[in-house]
Amino acid sequence: MNEQNMSQAAAPAKPKRPKSKSQLMAGALLDKAYNDTLEAKARGEKIGWATSLFPQEIAETLGLHIVYPENHGAAIAAKKLAAPFLEYAEAHDCNNDLCSYAKIDIAYADLFDCSPASNMARPDFLLIGNNGCNEITKWFEVVGRKLEIPTFMIDFTYNHMPYVTDSRVRYIKAQIEQVIKDLSAFTGTVWDPDKFAEIMGISTENRNLWEQVADYLERQPSPLSGFDLFNYMGPMVFTRGRRETGDVMRQLIAEVEEHIKNGTSTFPAREEFRVFWEGIACWPYLSHNLKTLKKYGINVCATAYARAWSLDYTPGDIESLARAYAFTSSNNILLEESVRRRKEWNTKFHIDGTIYHVNRACKVMVCQQQELMRQVSEACNGLPYMSFDGDQADFRNFSEAQFETRIEAFAELMRKHKEGRIHG
Amino acid sequence: MANLQDKLQELKEIAANPRKQLEQYLSKGKQVIGTFPYYTPEVLADAAGIVPMGMWGAQTGISQARKYLVAFACPIMQSCMELGLRGTYRGVKAVMIPSMCDTLRCVTQDFKLGVKDIACIPFTYPQNRKIPEAATYLKAEFTQVKERIEEIYQVSIEEEAVEKSIGIYNEHNAQMRRFARLANAHLDVVTPIVRHEVFKSAWFMTKAEHLETMKEINDGLEALPAHVFAGKKVILTGITAEPEGLLQILEDQNLAVAGDDLAQEMRQYRTDIPEGDDSIGRLAGQWMNRIDPMAHDDEIRRLELLENLMKENDAQALIVCLMKFCDPEEYEFVAYNQYLKGLGYPVLSIDIDQQPAAYDQARTRIQTLAEML
Repeated sequence: MNEQNMSQAAAPAKPKRPKSKSQLMAGALLDKAYNDTLEAKARGEKIGWATSLFPQEIAETLGLHIVYPENHGAAIAAKKLAAPFLEYAEAHDCNNDLCSYAKIDIAYADLFDCSPASNMARPDFLLIGNNGCNEITKWFEVVGRKLEIPTFMIDFTYNHMPYVTDSRVRYIKAQIEQVIKDLSAFTGTVWDPDKFAEIMGISTENRNLWEQVADYLERQPSPLSGFDLFNYMGPMVFTRGRRETGDVMRQLIAEVEEHIKNGTSTFPAREEFRVFWEGIACWPYLSHNLKTLKKYGINVCATAYARAWSLDYTPGDIESLARAYAFTSSNNILLEESVRRRKEWNTKFHIDGTIYHVNRACKVMVCQQQELMRQVSEACNGLPYMSFDGDQADFRNFSEAQFETRIEAFAELMRKHKEGRIHG
Repeated sequence: MANLQDKLQELKEIAANPRKQLEQYLSKGKQVIGTFPYYTPEVLADAAGIVPMGMWGAQTGISQARKYLVAFACPIMQSCMELGLRGTYRGVKAVMIPSMCDTLRCVTQDFKLGVKDIACIPFTYPQNRKIPEAATYLKAEFTQVKERIEEIYQVSIEEEAVEKSIGIYNEHNAQMRRFARLANAHLDVVTPIVRHEVFKSAWFMTKAEHLETMKEINDGLEALPAHVFAGKKVILTGITAEPEGLLQILEDQNLAVAGDDLAQEMRQYRTDIPEGDDSIGRLAGQWMNRIDPMAHDDEIRRLELLENLMKENDAQALIVCLMKFCDPEEYEFVAYNQYLKGLGYPVLSIDIDQQPAAYDQARTRIQTLAEML
């Protein structure tokens, strides 16, 4: 190391923006969820791993502790701890083409230690919902076989019609009822329909608060950075059925209201452009992405991904729950519906352009993305868009230089498009 | 023997020239429907006199399909999109696409919106086959497919005709299984390439026609004295074992294909359409009974299936024809690779692509396997 590098290394680090109270609360809630699961396991209770869009209402009603490997993989990647897991998986028969969350999890199912990130307790059962993707079914089968534990599945059947057909609803409802029966029997717990309705009620309340938060992004300029939503997804996935999640959301809402009152924002720059972020965050580079966007005043004001956990159903009604879970994710619906939703959001959130994450880990997100790009742009009067190559958790599949160059060019494109609109 | 060779030659030509076969059907006034990989209720089309033809892409460069699919998408889907966009499928009125994996989910949309002159009939198989409601759901899904076929082709699909087609399909299944069995006693005639051509040709003929040819081939094989094969036997597993250049490497190394678990080949024939109250219910029942990586199976019964294939056919190694970017296949590999190795079987995984490419690396690896055996 030469003298110049040494002096650079010795330069004081720029102080990080202190976390808000709601961020601290969200983090604590998540830590508690992991710890509660470890403690439950230590007490001899059966604990589970679930896919992120499995109806959490079922386990919550049964009082079971559940953790979510997809979130866990994201956390490991965000903390830059993914490398040994990816390498281990690839050295143990996982093709390097597989989903990076899956590789991290399959490796974790052997290693069971990812400290300093939170550890997931060894599962006794797996809960599979394929509404996020089909691939996760096979991933969980591999883990189930490795750990010799049962899987409980709800198949949400890809929708090629603009609604969930009645035949699908009947099939999904039957599966939900079967899972309730089988999971109760396996874990020795008792099903209480009243509690189920109550949990659905709490989840709906939290969903409404989550929508309220996301809707603040309508304001111009926005009182919050859209990337912040990614930080609150943990509670929305893990503890959507618990009252504490409502406390976090209410605190966040109070903070946003304060920003509105003061004319400030959690977005750390002057908001010049408002964009729609398509796809999962690039977790290993979240701060790099935010920093780059900030440089050009680009605020992420809408994302379909975070909204997938905004499930709209009638508490107590299993059929409406079945419909909601089957139709929530863009990965489980026909393209026309995806375009319709984006057109609506682009108008509502005053979007200037779309950033598409071509996620190397996720075929279901990228294999119809190019047509989506064209159709959304066309439906929104030639709305500009750009794409970049990335990966939700594998840091090797992202280039900072490519992202920066493309964002720079994209800012220019959006500027010209905006000027064109203003000057007719 | 002459008739046997003639019939094998006939199937070889059909397997190599699906476009010619399509033209012939069209010139005879037949209507054609495309069937995407790798299970569709094609019996319904057959019952209406429509010829189902398999869509397995081709060894071709990709240019137009890049507008729809990323380079790391399934090679078969890339080439199917490419051929569709180029107009190579002209004459095919509609295609049936099952959303069996993540890429196929998307391709139902890409094909529908990209290839505008061919109607797209998407449908979704149930994954959770442990409950009877899965079959009820699938019946509704197949009914929707049936109605779309009737609407697009202006035909009426009658119950009696479907039952008759089911009979032909089951009989064809039985002949294909018989062929796979007989082939093992005649590995001098049924080389890896010939075996593949026989299976592939079935995708481009009506099952009734293919059935008649298969009966003659099987009778011809049965009449021959058994051949004592001096080389080693392997089992193939995966989606397809193409191109033929790859199978030529096996032949060069004196390796015979003694059985397969390939989507394009024996997976199609090992599960019959069961008895039942109505034809659509019977078709649904077939899916419910399949052992297949495209369906949720928490026991991963493929392990046992592959183990049995190895034992029953006295095979010495498993060659995995791993279609590039095929995640269901890649996940199951994690499970069965160690399992079979634990039983003492060598397992060799070869990447399969549809981009024109040399198989130099595969040649070296297969050669090493042959030497080791």
